Amino acid sequence: MSLENSVGNVAPQRFCRNAPLALKGGGQLPSFELVYETYGTLNAARSNAVLVCHALSGSHHVAGTYADNPNSVGWWDNLVGPGKPLDTNKFFVIGVNNLGGCYGSTGPLSINPETGKRYGADFPLVTVEDWVAAQACLADDLGIDTWAAVIGGSLGGMQAIEWSLEFPERIRHAIAIASAPKLSAQNIAFNEVARQAILSDPDFHGGHYAEHGVVPTRGLRLARMIGHITYLSDDQMDEIFGRNLRNGEHSFSYGVDFEVESYLRYQGDKFAGFFDANTYLLTTKALDYFDPAYAYGGDLAAAFARARASFLVASFTTDWRFSPARSREIVFALMHNRRRVAYAEIDCDAGHDSFLLDDAHYHAVLRAYLENIKV
Amino acid sequence: MTPIRPRGAPLAPLTAKERERFDFAVIAHWIPEGEHVLDLGCGDGRLLRYLNESKRITGYGVEIAHESVLGCIRNGVDVIQIDIEGGLSGFEDRSFSHAIISQALQAMHSTERILNEMLRVADEAIVSFPNFAYRVNREAIAAGHMPVSEDLPYEWYDTPNVRFFTIADFEALCDKLGIAVRERLAFDAFGQPVTDDPNLNGSLAFYRLGRA
Repeated sequence: MSLENSVGNVAPQRFCRNAPLALKGGGQLPSFELVYETYGTLNAARSNAVLVCHALSGSHHVAGTYADNPNSVGWWDNLVGPGKPLDTNKFFVIGVNNLGGCYGSTGPLSINPETGKRYGADFPLVTVEDWVAAQACLADDLGIDTWAAVIGGSLGGMQAIEWSLEFPERIRHAIAIASAPKLSAQNIAFNEVARQAILSDPDFHGGHYAEHGVVPTRGLRLARMIGHITYLSDDQMDEIFGRNLRNGEHSFSYGVDFEVESYLRYQGDKFAGFFDANTYLLTTKALDYFDPAYAYGGDLAAAFARARASFLVASFTTDWRFSPARSREIVFALMHNRRRVAYAEIDCDAGHDSFLLDDAHYHAVLRAYLENIKV
Repeated sequence: MTPIRPRGAPLAPLTAKERERFDFAVIAHWIPEGEHVLDLGCGDGRLLRYLNESKRITGYGVEIAHESVLGCIRNGVDVIQIDIEGGLSGFEDRSFSHAIISQALQAMHSTERILNEMLRVADEAIVSFPNFAYRVNREAIAAGHMPVSEDLPYEWYDTPNVRFFTIADFEALCDKLGIAVRERLAFDAFGQPVTDDPNLNGSLAFYRLGRA
């Protein structure tokens, strides 16, 4: 990993809000904390702030590294830094771990002040709307009245969309990459299989596994394996793994024969080693519930009538999880309202995960769009 | 329509840059201030930018080429990357005052579908194209070669053009499709307006089209 144009060493910060937050699904959080990181400098006019929203398994650690761990490069480090497309010489960039997350923000791993024990399964189901509301509290605290841009891929793109609908006057540009205005039945189906893998793990204990001193690693592992299949394209899997054998011959057993099996097991194990099962569950539900058109009888154009931001929408040709057609739905809803929108459909063979890569054309598109944002 | 150069100026064929500016000026002349337009095959968005700066016209460009889409974004032009050969599904009926296709129809295969779609999504269509039957082109063919000129600036082996048609051909197609020619302008290679036998004397043709 090159340290060139890196934001360098970073440290997470903590925002505490000691006031209740009402949740979309009913109920409230009596108080909450968000961990976040910032890169670059907020200008005097406070007009150069960009919020980076993470997807299912991401975090507030978007760019740079932690001094005590040189391997801890942020998940979107190829995009964010001095001279990079999201240029920290120009922008003040903020990454935040969402509510319900497992990287330090208030979530299932936090202590429930009412019981003195971890929330675990008692942590309420939070939605994209709740995340955005919590992010708005952070923006208030930082003195950021209006974002120059809110950017995200996949579920992160949904948050950018939600910002434009929930706080139309507080966001000048929304950048939604490899995203969708709602999940399809197939998307929900994949999420449900992943959830069932976790819920049916004997170590799940109704979500209170921490009290039993165990972790439902088998369920998490399966959930991640399923997810990974959907993040890659068929062609790319063929290209990387094909039918390559791990040990050069068929073993006629249920051990690892094919490279792709080895890869999925590795990814599953790695993920199950650090990610929280309750966070995974509630995040997939937040994805399933996201549907800004729902309150408008399914009319997405009507939902977007409130939006004032300019949009950049980008999709990837080989993304079948959130296909280009899903991004076009966003584009047409914006066009109906005569909102400003640019839409790029990028050739990249890496499927849904393309949004995390540094494909030259993809980054050129982001750079061009971001360069035109006035601060 | 005012010719691009004052009369009496020495006549030389328009350069590519002059021709582009000329093309833009003719199109802008037909669109009222503040209208909302769709520019198909918009390249790097220069026409839309010109229309916005000169007449506060808003709208979207449509392009398929990656480099052109990037060019639009650099130019701050709203571009939608879609292949219009497949039609304009998703674009709502009569959602634009004008759909424009400037010097690009000859590079597209689904001519009929595109013309019909333009008049579905817009009240009026504006089309400009090089007239293949222009005198100079006929002379090139008569001399045994495919024409190459300022208005047809490609060799036969590297041209992006896939449809070669004339003013007479285009009007016959409009007639067949129930499309009314509301206005036609033709210019020679020097940018001078042509009224006498435009199919022979016109190098560039401009049409304002509506439903018959």
